[in-house]
Amino acid sequence: MSGGFHIVVCGSLVPDPLQTLEPIEGPTGPALKNEMMLPAVLDPWAGHALFEAAELAKNVPDSKVWLVSLGPKAKLQQLMMSIAQKVSFELVAIDGSAGGFTDPFDVAATLADAIGKIDGLDRSKLLLFGGCASASRDSGVTMQMVAERLDIVDQFLAVDKLTVGDDGVLEILERIEAGQYQASSCDGAPAMLGWATGSLPEPPNNPQVGMMNMRTVMPALQRAQAAQVGIGGVQYAAVELPKQRRETRVVNDTPAEEIAQEIVDWLKA
Amino acid sequence: MEKILLLAHTQADGSLPKAAYESLNAALTLATDLGGAAVTVGLIGADVQAAADSITACGATNILAVSGEDFAASRYSTDTVAVEALVKEAAPTLVLAPTSSRFSRCLPGAAYRCDGRIETHIADIKVNDGAVQVQRWYYRQRMVATLARAQRPWFLVVDSGVFEPWQGTAGSAEVQALEVAIGDDCRRTKVIGVQTPDSDTQTIRPEAEVLFVAGAGWTKKQPDGQVHIKKAEELILGFINSGKASLGSSKSLVDQSSEGGEVISFMSHLNQVGQTGSTPRHPKGLATCCHGEEPHTVGWRFIGERRAISLDPNCGWAQGKADVLYVADAFEVIAKVNALLA
Repeated sequence: MSGGFHIVVCGSLVPDPLQTLEPIEGPTGPALKNEMMLPAVLDPWAGHALFEAAELAKNVPDSKVWLVSLGPKAKLQQLMMSIAQKVSFELVAIDGSAGGFTDPFDVAATLADAIGKIDGLDRSKLLLFGGCASASRDSGVTMQMVAERLDIVDQFLAVDKLTVGDDGVLEILERIEAGQYQASSCDGAPAMLGWATGSLPEPPNNPQVGMMNMRTVMPALQRAQAAQVGIGGVQYAAVELPKQRRETRVVNDTPAEEIAQEIVDWLKA
Repeated sequence: MEKILLLAHTQADGSLPKAAYESLNAALTLATDLGGAAVTVGLIGADVQAAADSITACGATNILAVSGEDFAASRYSTDTVAVEALVKEAAPTLVLAPTSSRFSRCLPGAAYRCDGRIETHIADIKVNDGAVQVQRWYYRQRMVATLARAQRPWFLVVDSGVFEPWQGTAGSAEVQALEVAIGDDCRRTKVIGVQTPDSDTQTIRPEAEVLFVAGAGWTKKQPDGQVHIKKAEELILGFINSGKASLGSSKSLVDQSSEGGEVISFMSHLNQVGQTGSTPRHPKGLATCCHGEEPHTVGWRFIGERRAISLDPNCGWAQGKADVLYVADAFEVIAKVNALLA
């Protein structure tokens, strides 16, 4: 195909999954205890979207990747120290909350507004990428609303594979129920793809890529506009950790035959 | 007074999925709790008559439908137009729908077009002092919130397994068909079909009684100093088939495929449960060779009775999370379980 894609990836940070999370009541609604201190990682599914975008851009000449990221500026800077070494992209940073309790409607408006202002972005070549859901809010709704605001009506969710034909036609595999895939074709860009795991491993760090990216990352962070993204119209009555702790019966020093029989009896009960 | 629209789409055979009956029950219960709110049903599919007939006794005020060949397949552009038309006709304040890949894709955009708001993965719906409150999980099932919104229409996408399915006698339903025009711009996407794994590897079974979770221990060196992948595959598949179970995997096990390690051949990221995988709902769960702490064990969150087999009595997957922990060799135990189930 000719002309390449303009691939915009929406992705931000989430607390490292290994961290213990505790909700607190903040001044504007629920938040996480020590939220600004928690180590953060790139949202996993958005990360897969970024790696797939970079691979696609590598294989389709004249393509370009932007990463649009909404989060506290200081934390985005920390995140970029690791992400920027993985793949090439141009950062569009927005300074605001990346918390899970923000309203996706407002988040979508903020992201769409930032994408609309990207200098040189050709909407007819636009592939809008993101995770199929975040590891924070886990709604799986933001990307569709961003795409709607950008007038994109070809949308795909939980994508694991994208193949681009010589004619520019997109062939897409989306996860559906019971471990199956729905295969679709789309007559090219513009389109939105909310990625699941994809098929690529996390790229190794490449210091050269990091140095290239950092030339644009730091100015992008300095330029980052503040966005007032909060809980919007949501009224939270309670946010709690699950309290249930089970009394675990430990079966030790028991022959495998007895254990197997007990398990079978339990399965058949 | 709230006004409820229950959305559902048909399956390939024209029937409704179980999750649709669950959401219908949720809608009817909510209507009762609200003091008799009106419930309209909106159906989408190639031909919805059989689906409408199956719920004709539910007491809905009316049944609307957007149907035809353009609405047979699960496609964002046409599904969104269909939902928009149903919402416009029914003018609801609350829109309930079951979680499905089809609705998960299209309802957020439809809610935006209807100037509404949307909550997904609804785990409970209650009426408190006359106001609707819903419950959903945040941070991948690590904390639960109860919340409300004033904005209407409010779309609520209900997780399967939360409510009992509605049951009633089938009859002959009167369906009000809505005419919806579809332009060529909505046909840029063409659904080619569904790729189904062959029966030997179709290991994800949402309706199964038991979730079998395999951890990375299956691919580690065993007491003889060797790894036994083929044996592990045979034992796991044997249990899945004879126990009629669904197969889940820990992240570390499925990640081995992208890290170049020797892998269980029928295991993919689709099987992954937990922090970056799914959190399925099954009455029972048996974890084997899993390890890890709280963040990884969210795959257990919606499993009723839980048991685990591990060589580590302090295993984070099991202590405080499982009802029973068998400190034993899973290779040995599962071989004997399979023999008993055969």
